[in-house]
Amino acid sequence: MAIDTETVKRVAFLSRLKIEDDKIKEAEDEFNKILNWVEQLNEVNTDGVEPLVSVNDSHLILREDAVSDGNQSQAVLKNAPQAQYGYFTVPKVVE
Amino acid sequence: MSGMIIETAKGKWEIVCGLEIHCQIISKSKMFSGASTHYGSDANENVSFVDAGMPGMLPTLNEHCVYQAVKTGLGLNAQINKYSEFSRKNYFYADLPQGYQITQFKFPIVGEGAISIDLSDGTTKDIRIERMHIEQDAGKSIHDMAPDKSFIDLNRAGVGLMEIVTKPDFRSPEEAGAFLRKLRSIVRYLGTCDGNMDEGSMRCDVNVSVRPLGSDELRTRCEMKNVNSVKFVMQAIENEAKRHIEVYESGGTIAQETRQFDPSTGQTKVMRKKEFAHDYRYFPEPDLLPLVLDDAYIERVKKDMVELPDAKKARFVNELGLTAYDAMIICENRETADFFEKAAKGHDAKKVANWLMGDFFAMLNEKKVELKDSPVSAENLGKLVELVTSNVINGKTAKDVFAIMAETGGDPEKIVEEKGLKQVTDSGAIEAVIDEVIASSPENVAAYKAGKTALMGWFVGQVMKASKGKANPGMVNQLLKSKLG
Repeated sequence: MAIDTETVKRVAFLSRLKIEDDKIKEAEDEFNKILNWVEQLNEVNTDGVEPLVSVNDSHLILREDAVSDGNQSQAVLKNAPQAQYGYFTVPKVVE
Repeated sequence: MSGMIIETAKGKWEIVCGLEIHCQIISKSKMFSGASTHYGSDANENVSFVDAGMPGMLPTLNEHCVYQAVKTGLGLNAQINKYSEFSRKNYFYADLPQGYQITQFKFPIVGEGAISIDLSDGTTKDIRIERMHIEQDAGKSIHDMAPDKSFIDLNRAGVGLMEIVTKPDFRSPEEAGAFLRKLRSIVRYLGTCDGNMDEGSMRCDVNVSVRPLGSDELRTRCEMKNVNSVKFVMQAIENEAKRHIEVYESGGTIAQETRQFDPSTGQTKVMRKKEFAHDYRYFPEPDLLPLVLDDAYIERVKKDMVELPDAKKARFVNELGLTAYDAMIICENRETADFFEKAAKGHDAKKVANWLMGDFFAMLNEKKVELKDSPVSAENLGKLVELVTSNVINGKTAKDVFAIMAETGGDPEKIVEEKGLKQVTDSGAIEAVIDEVIASSPENVAAYKAGKTALMGWFVGQVMKASKGKANPGMVNQLLKSKLG
């Protein structure tokens, strides 16, 4: 599998990463290197092996349905670049 | 046949429609955090650092959300998957602080099912469910508080949702409307979602395409997101189908796109073109292990199941003798069905149903009160019906007694006793009244005897009036006939 320039641009857009035009080639090479490295795993024969979901061999822990958090709007908003009347505010986003 | 056929000068078309419904799960706390799900709190008060997408925070699954999902799945007569997995659906939006939604993709908790819908012609149709998965809700963006800013409230971020996806089984707006009403009724019976579309706790995405009648192809569909009432869903389907037909008949093609339904015009307009279509890059959620349920757990949930509207309706028809229509109306919501059952207990159920759907509902409407605040209790409604069926009072008096009950909340037996409203069934007493009436109107008696039999109604009226409405109308009729010859 090889990554081309268009794919790099698309992935960057989806991830909201700004990549300058002169850096795209570099990113493309990096991508391909990583993928090639991971592709070595294809050499392993996995016939009849169940997919590994987690390296932790335990089961999902569930939580009791109780309110134990919240009431901390100041803390939640503390790092917000902009906030007003207890809301986060952002540049207008209407599709 | 409840399918809608759209006929134009050029041909006949059929609608093909599927729905995706998001139902907010009723739980005290959010799906992956301990923050409250309470609706109407101050902005950002019910937000944990997990919901705010703070680095390093980890989700832990709320067991009650799982329970509610399994219960709903059983209510949809669906396969419960003992193995399910969470995935990340990645997209950027201001009210999605994590940059992804935790949802289920390849392995949903609920698989295929079906529910039966009731159509206006009295028939039913099965609508197949493709799947149902659980996921977290996003926050809320408010766009009208300032001209250049959007305001974000994360109170809803992380609340549990069930997304129900149907097969493309709808052939008309009516069927889709009937489905939404049935689904709402089911989740309300189960107590898993409050089903309020206007408050957004139940939201509907509509997929529509059309095809020439008789064909079984599936053409390109368009999706309308977040249509927020049954009426609007029905309108959106019809108008979008007509738009497709116009495009096809003028030689054009339909592009797969997301469109927005505008409630003020009933029309749809393009919202998101295909070139901007989301690419969600789903991948398994690394912070959560697979959810594994065992048979014992599913059996436990089964034990908590309540009688659902269809089963109740069938029982009311088969055991209590109600008509299918009456039973459907009464069973649509559980409170009404419970009220009815309480009222009908030990009495003539069919008559109780008539009273409930007639004078009783009219009274609630007039007083603008909810069933739970009704001045007339279920027991008292039952007693009133009993007084009529056992001939203690007649139908006319019953209406008067009911009016008093609606004002005072009183017990009908006491009202009848106190006001002396028991009907007179003593034929001697009735005869005496009849004799008086006959003696005082010789002209009418002569006219009646000369063949003007329509006067019978007048005589009955006079006798009822003279008895202050208490005479048994059947006996009055019978006795009058024999006396007038």
